[in-house]
Amino acid sequence: MLVLIGIAIIIAGFLLRFNPLLVIMASALATGLAAGLDVQAIVAAFGKAFNDTRYVSIIWIVLPVIGLLEAYGLQQHARRLIDRMKGATLGRLLTSYLLLRQVMSAVGLTSVAGHAQTVRPLVAPMAEAAAEAKNDALTDDQREEVKAFAAATDNVGLFFGEDIFLAIGSILLMKGLLEGYGYVIEPLHFSMWAIPTAIAAFLIHGFRLRRLERRMTGKEASA
Amino acid sequence: MITLTFVYILAGLTFALFAGLGFMDRSNPKRFGNAAFWGLLALSMLAGDYLGDFGNGLLVLALVAIAGAGQIGRAPGGEVPAEVQAERAVRYGNFLLLVALIIPAVALAGTFLFKWVPGLADPNQATLISLALGVLAALAVGMARLRSPLMLPAQQGRRLLDAVGWAAVLPQMLASLGAVFALAGVGEVVGGLIGTAIPQGSLFGAVLAFGLGMALFTMVMGNAFAAFPVMMAAVGLPLLIKQYHGDPAVVAAIGMLAGFCGTLMTPMAANFNLVPAALLELKSPYGVIRAQIGTAVPLLAVNIVFIWLFAF
Repeated sequence: MLVLIGIAIIIAGFLLRFNPLLVIMASALATGLAAGLDVQAIVAAFGKAFNDTRYVSIIWIVLPVIGLLEAYGLQQHARRLIDRMKGATLGRLLTSYLLLRQVMSAVGLTSVAGHAQTVRPLVAPMAEAAAEAKNDALTDDQREEVKAFAAATDNVGLFFGEDIFLAIGSILLMKGLLEGYGYVIEPLHFSMWAIPTAIAAFLIHGFRLRRLERRMTGKEASA
Repeated sequence: MITLTFVYILAGLTFALFAGLGFMDRSNPKRFGNAAFWGLLALSMLAGDYLGDFGNGLLVLALVAIAGAGQIGRAPGGEVPAEVQAERAVRYGNFLLLVALIIPAVALAGTFLFKWVPGLADPNQATLISLALGVLAALAVGMARLRSPLMLPAQQGRRLLDAVGWAAVLPQMLASLGAVFALAGVGEVVGGLIGTAIPQGSLFGAVLAFGLGMALFTMVMGNAFAAFPVMMAAVGLPLLIKQYHGDPAVVAAIGMLAGFCGTLMTPMAANFNLVPAALLELKSPYGVIRAQIGTAVPLLAVNIVFIWLFAF
């Protein structure tokens, strides 16, 4: 029971808005101590895990490319493209991206798009331009919401597409775990059962994107 | 053969460049903190395998100390003026889009190439290696055609990373915390608690506890992968599969997706939720989570109903 103190520290720390890195370290130390580890062992375990998960942070190598392209006007160009396409409404744009992201993830291409690679340089400015095209009095808060929805759409597309792919980590985890309990299951069965949820995610999020568009362009929103 | 080491070296050199440029930026009052932070990250990328576990742990403590003391900050300005950008956008237009698409295109092509032609690159890391190659290709093509100053990509990249700040290592830190939680047996304790909270004899009650447990525990851990083994051991296996004879493939597959709904609602999943808020320079770090709750909650309910319908 005592090891749950780490979870309490995380929740309290996030709520009280301490620096999250400090909160995480405090949580790791408290959890380790509660489990009877000494400080040196906890620091070493944390260090080992940090080193093993470095691949999480290599995405930042795309920033020089994004920085270069933005300095030469990529965001403005993305906006101009949307302005030229008369049919490109906010809802249609983000729904198309949602579908594209789901389909790409379903065939295993999860790292092809993402917040640094596609959302910041392309999808977010395009979404903003599409919202502006229909509402020239877009408030700052509305602008924030449009950008947040661009990022949210990327996440929803990724999460509810990737599990259809046979060789994704989560499927391998399920297969491995169930095999350990004596159930041998083909990866295809897990993939298949991810499809109903993928369709539901597309419908639910797509519906919310339509409502977002109405909110951003409707008269009541700009009042 | 190209391995992940190549990507780590590239990332290490990039962070080292950011550290060096940060150090020289006299307009930033926190330049020493920034330089030390990105410098340590460069060290981790380049030499992490030689530092030893405790050495890496000390490196993390130093990162935490710099961030915790508030020594990371960004210099004001530094971006190219909007008018200049707009003028250049007219001139270079679709070429910029083309370069932006080089990264995903190379990532795509490389992923297939490295899987089909063995010996070129580590097939297990094909996408990450291809992503890195795509970055190099995009930089080469972009800089050649735009004739940009040599240091401009690094300077602008550093500006973007400084805007993200310490949140850049948050995902890696949370993943490491998960490892400490696993070592301390946090999962077993939570699983045991949830297991005792389920009403006996109710199939739907058990499905509900499983789905909600996956989502809630994922929110705490920030990762459905950490919640899955715990919830399967506590509820999925003994109740849904053994007692009620549910289809294990359905329970596992949709249970995992119920966990993903939790991922959409938690700041602990920093790389998906907090990092994009920083990258998009949103006012609230929780803006992305707020946009996602309205999708996550109904979808979680749908997943719970799906398990109930399809597994039994």
